[in-house]
Amino acid sequence: MADNQTLSKSSSKALLGAGLAVAAGTAAFLLARRSADVHDDGVDVSDALDHVFRRKTGRYEEGLVGRTVTIGKSRQEIYRAWRDFTRFPDFMENVEAVEDLGGRRSKWTIKAPLGASVELVTKITEDRPGEAIGWKSEPESDIQTEGRVEFFDIAPGRGTGVRLTLRYDPPAGLPGRVVAKLFQREPNVQARRDLRRFKMLMETGEIATNAGPSGRDEPVTESTT
Amino acid sequence: MRALTWHGRHDVRIETVPDPEIVNPHDCILKVTSTAICGSDLHLYDGYIPGMRAGDILGHEFMGEVVEVGPQSTLQKGQRVVVPFPIACGECFFCKKQQFSCCDNSNPPETSDATETQYGYPMAGVFGYSHLTGGYAGGQAEYVRVPFSNVGPLAVPDHLEDDKVLFLTDILPTGWMAAENCDIEEGDTVAVWGCGPVGLFAIQSALIMGAHRVIAIDHYKSRLDLAKQLGADILDYREVDVREALAEMTGGIGPDAVIDAVGMEAHGISIDNILDQVKAMGFLVTDRIHSFREAVLSVRKGGRVSVPGVYGGFADKFPVGAFMEKGLTMKTGQTHVHRYLKPLLEQIEQGKIDTTFLISHHAPLEQAPEMYKHWHDDQDQYTKIVLKTEMAAPAKEQQEKQHELV
Repeated sequence: MADNQTLSKSSSKALLGAGLAVAAGTAAFLLARRSADVHDDGVDVSDALDHVFRRKTGRYEEGLVGRTVTIGKSRQEIYRAWRDFTRFPDFMENVEAVEDLGGRRSKWTIKAPLGASVELVTKITEDRPGEAIGWKSEPESDIQTEGRVEFFDIAPGRGTGVRLTLRYDPPAGLPGRVVAKLFQREPNVQARRDLRRFKMLMETGEIATNAGPSGRDEPVTESTT
Repeated sequence: MRALTWHGRHDVRIETVPDPEIVNPHDCILKVTSTAICGSDLHLYDGYIPGMRAGDILGHEFMGEVVEVGPQSTLQKGQRVVVPFPIACGECFFCKKQQFSCCDNSNPPETSDATETQYGYPMAGVFGYSHLTGGYAGGQAEYVRVPFSNVGPLAVPDHLEDDKVLFLTDILPTGWMAAENCDIEEGDTVAVWGCGPVGLFAIQSALIMGAHRVIAIDHYKSRLDLAKQLGADILDYREVDVREALAEMTGGIGPDAVIDAVGMEAHGISIDNILDQVKAMGFLVTDRIHSFREAVLSVRKGGRVSVPGVYGGFADKFPVGAFMEKGLTMKTGQTHVHRYLKPLLEQIEQGKIDTTFLISHHAPLEQAPEMYKHWHDDQDQYTKIVLKTEMAAPAKEQQEKQHELV
């Protein structure tokens, strides 16, 4: 009995070791194969959007992020809600304020890592009711960015697809992006969360929050993440 | 208010915490009258579910009286309601398809990244169940904020006491959906792994849906007794080889449908479960799927597999060959509770469904930490615990006496 136990223990350990070795080997093999798989001949056949192409493919573009959600409202309703830029702070976590400057221009104040904030002035470059809105930062802005939101029919009875694409100059190159990501100010994360908020507001009129009591020492109305 | 808070593995406490407040327009505040401890609360108690934070208020099976309403709640103060454990907005693609536990709008934007990474898409919010599902304060408390109170809560008639309707919040519809997912046909035999509350309700539901025979599998005598009382044949897996027993009982064909009502913390000392436990300790797998494997191997060719048992992460040695070659159909998921509330309430009113047979203990909320310990350690005696917020805690001497007795 004792022997059996020792045996099963050591064989479990051996199995565990062997399993780990196999897993590591497989991972290395798959990684090598995947990188060999990526062809960079510039001919990409996938019927996919630019922002999902892998690095090293012809259609990959540095600094381009995109995200699509489905919203159960009409294209016109969603267009109208997005067209009023001064409402952005309602659903864009990092946009503190948007001031309408007239002439299709507006001034945005945006939260940046470590309590800083940046200002930019954007101009609407495309305005097609029920279809798309595009904007681009003016040269005097702290960061250069370009955004476009488009509205399209997903499938019969399924509501409207809302696709946000952002082109931006990463602040201070790669390190800046890493830092921004650490503080969750990365445009990809922001696009994802802001679109979730926008969808919630459009569909339910409120943004879900876990604000509530806990055994922690924090206010009841502050959400805990 | 007083509330049951989680502080770590096997560490839950009753504490005084702030009262909840109305935050969003569809919210209501409930004064909790009854709240139960669920089998899935044990996964939190055992520290198996990631995304818990010290101080989180637990509890997703609760009912009570509406004491405050937001401007867009459709409830009225004074109404007595039961609340489904998943939070659903009622407006998104999934809610419109009646797939309420897949709601797109109830997990806050800040907490939904984790399940999106793990499962591909973010999961719905759930009361008192880790920040993976929203980090909402739960109902094992005197008061609770209920988001989207225009969608979830159902008013219950006063002549039905709490014990009769409390389980509409989770385990009764969960057992019902488990049986529904078996697509039961005339003459069918259904085998059920696990005679906890969900397994027991699945047995009752399968029989109501016309199963010819239900066979229940467990190793706790009192739980097997309850299954037998409902009309099931029973198997103690310590006494028999379950696969062989099932094949023999079904004329060599096998059960037509199987229900895994056990989930990620399977008991038992079979070789595969021991390997799973070893690997779980080394974080190579998270879920022990012994009963899931056994169900897939036991079900007849062309049969149906229903999985109400909770799994959260990754598992090893899933018999994918048996699953494909036998041509099985599998249905799973967190329960779309909202879908079943009214029809099941009707059946309770008509006396077709018994919801009280499994309750073994009532206790004041103040005693919740002890009750968690019993629920974990004494599963043979404790088959379902209901906590009452207004039940007086026993006097101190009495408590001490009780401890001496234990």
